Amino acid sequence: MSRAKVAVHKFSSCDGCQLAFLNLGADLLLLSELIDIKHFAEAGVIDESGHVDIAFVEGSISTQKERQRIQEVRKNSDYLITIGACATSGGIQALRNMNDGKAWLEAVYAMPEYIDSLDKVSPIAEHVKVDFELWGCPVSSEQVVATIRALLSGVTPKDNTEKVCMECKRKNNICTLVTKGEPCLGPVTKAGCGAICPAFGRGCYSCYGPSANANTSSLSQRLIGLGLLPEQVSQRYQLFNNNAPQFKKASEEVSKK
Amino acid sequence: MTQKKINIRVPVLARVEGEGALELDIENKQITHLKLNIFEPPRLFEKLLEGRHYSEVPDIVARICGICPVAYQMSAVHAFESLFDTRVSSWVNEMRRLFYCGEWIESHALHIHLLAAPDFLGYESAPAMAKKYPKEVKRGVEIQNLGNEIVRLLGGRSVHPVGVKVGGFHHAPKIDDVKTLLVKLEKKLPEVEEMLRWCSTLTLPDIEQEFVSVSLRDEKTYPMNTGNVVSGEGLNLPVEQYQTVFKEHHEPHSTALFSLMNGEPYLVGPLARLNLNFDILPDEIKTIINECDISFPSKNMYHSMFARAVELLYTFHESIRILKAYAIPDVPYSNVNVKAGIAYGCTEAPRGVLWHRYEVDEDGLIKSATITPPTSQNQARMEEDLRNALTLSGLDRKEDDIRFQAEQIIRNYDPCISCATHFLDLRINHK
Repeated sequence: MSRAKVAVHKFSSCDGCQLAFLNLGADLLLLSELIDIKHFAEAGVIDESGHVDIAFVEGSISTQKERQRIQEVRKNSDYLITIGACATSGGIQALRNMNDGKAWLEAVYAMPEYIDSLDKVSPIAEHVKVDFELWGCPVSSEQVVATIRALLSGVTPKDNTEKVCMECKRKNNICTLVTKGEPCLGPVTKAGCGAICPAFGRGCYSCYGPSANANTSSLSQRLIGLGLLPEQVSQRYQLFNNNAPQFKKASEEVSKK
Repeated sequence: MTQKKINIRVPVLARVEGEGALELDIENKQITHLKLNIFEPPRLFEKLLEGRHYSEVPDIVARICGICPVAYQMSAVHAFESLFDTRVSSWVNEMRRLFYCGEWIESHALHIHLLAAPDFLGYESAPAMAKKYPKEVKRGVEIQNLGNEIVRLLGGRSVHPVGVKVGGFHHAPKIDDVKTLLVKLEKKLPEVEEMLRWCSTLTLPDIEQEFVSVSLRDEKTYPMNTGNVVSGEGLNLPVEQYQTVFKEHHEPHSTALFSLMNGEPYLVGPLARLNLNFDILPDEIKTIINECDISFPSKNMYHSMFARAVELLYTFHESIRILKAYAIPDVPYSNVNVKAGIAYGCTEAPRGVLWHRYEVDEDGLIKSATITPPTSQNQARMEEDLRNALTLSGLDRKEDDIRFQAEQIIRNYDPCISCATHFLDLRINHK
């Protein structure tokens, strides 16, 4: 049987999600035997226009050129998976959408007319059909490998939908929100990170985005009860997944208070 | 004279974390026009930091670069602590050094084995190289992994770690975890030494050129978190005064800003650090370097890879030293008292000097931010290097040869333009 052809593409991002592959250690060599990596620029393999079975896409769309390139990527792949907060919800750079993106560009660059930059940053799904999403800032190697394994076995991949709170319970973490009054987004955040922040005694800041059935209005109320100002609560939602619809709505709602 | 005019477009420069395009015009065997165009979609971090609380900054700036998040966190915490007059414990200082060692190990091992070595051995990529050099590649990824483990020990994960706060760490590692990691590092140490010797056996082009090295220097220890900004020409500057000498400007062909020292290009990164701090290395490492027959300061840019390997061995020794002395502290951080003013911080990212400046108000909110990453500091030097090295090697060569050499020269700098995307469009124009 021929190996599945895989591509890893980068758009506007920090390269951190691609490291889910490059940080696999000796397993990276094993993985390269299981799949045929056709395009992965950072690993030195380049064939952007070839047809692949699975395409992993890191990063959001923030330039004209990227807007065209994602169409080509979609055309050339059977199954397209977004990896990470940028590709899936727009990433931290989507904060410019709530502000004057043009003014920001002019403040950083002396000659902004030479910079290819769209006024709004958008996730991949606003441009093409996405077959599967992996959330996280960054995604973990486990998520990526489990997805590849599922697809190679002919099974529909699965990602977490439950909340960080569930991971905390399983790990016997002491609840930072309840015991320390530490503002925590765990109750509305998708699991998958291993609840590493509460394990370190700090509140979750939602790298993995909104969970299923996220009760943000109730959490916002609780955070205000802890003494946070509405705008401080709003800023908590405006971080790495600020452009995810549930968080956008939550931050707008709380700012109205 | 025959007129030759050729346009070549090569999509995607492999094995760099950035999108590059090189325009080259050659006339009468001389370069008349050379522009390295680095294009990374602008994410405007300096603007999106405005209005955020200082305590969020370490988590936000980490996202500038997935490969060196620790560096961004370190420059930020040092900036705020220096403004707030926060005194941190020696435990915090040692753990920060360990944390930084982890990132240098991970980043340097990634560059040596997955990004640079295929160039010197004639392979397209590391997986292709792994067929002929399985032992070396495996050793490389295992060393890289240990770097990641160190970052995980203090940060919970290796990419965008969550352990750092202004004043110290959120959490102190458990003794058992420290002991387990120490055993792994000690076991791997002989292989790191082997790796350094292996790097010295690679055939490197013998091209020397004049350039000015810039790094931090702390008289007591090899620079990571502390020291003044120094240069090979005698500069010695506290980090707050950095902008009096180093200035960034925008060139239309690039989204990475260009930084110049008194108007001139300069080099930051492992080779610059080693050129300026060789004397501080422990004798046991100096001895191995001498046995490898490469001496520092070096004017050969290709020695960058060897310099990375030297730093890898050094950071392994440092990590072992720090882990051996490990004890659980009473509190892993110091409390801070917010003050309004300008915060300056500068540390040595794997790729070189990383300078931060924040204007903070009395509530601890950021009013403005300036971040100067290593790649923008090396950009002018890369152009200068390409001009010198390509000319010295002769310009009357096949386009493929010139392109290969140009890519290799750029990769020496391990450019990270996330601090960047990926394309070398090479346009050579022979007249």
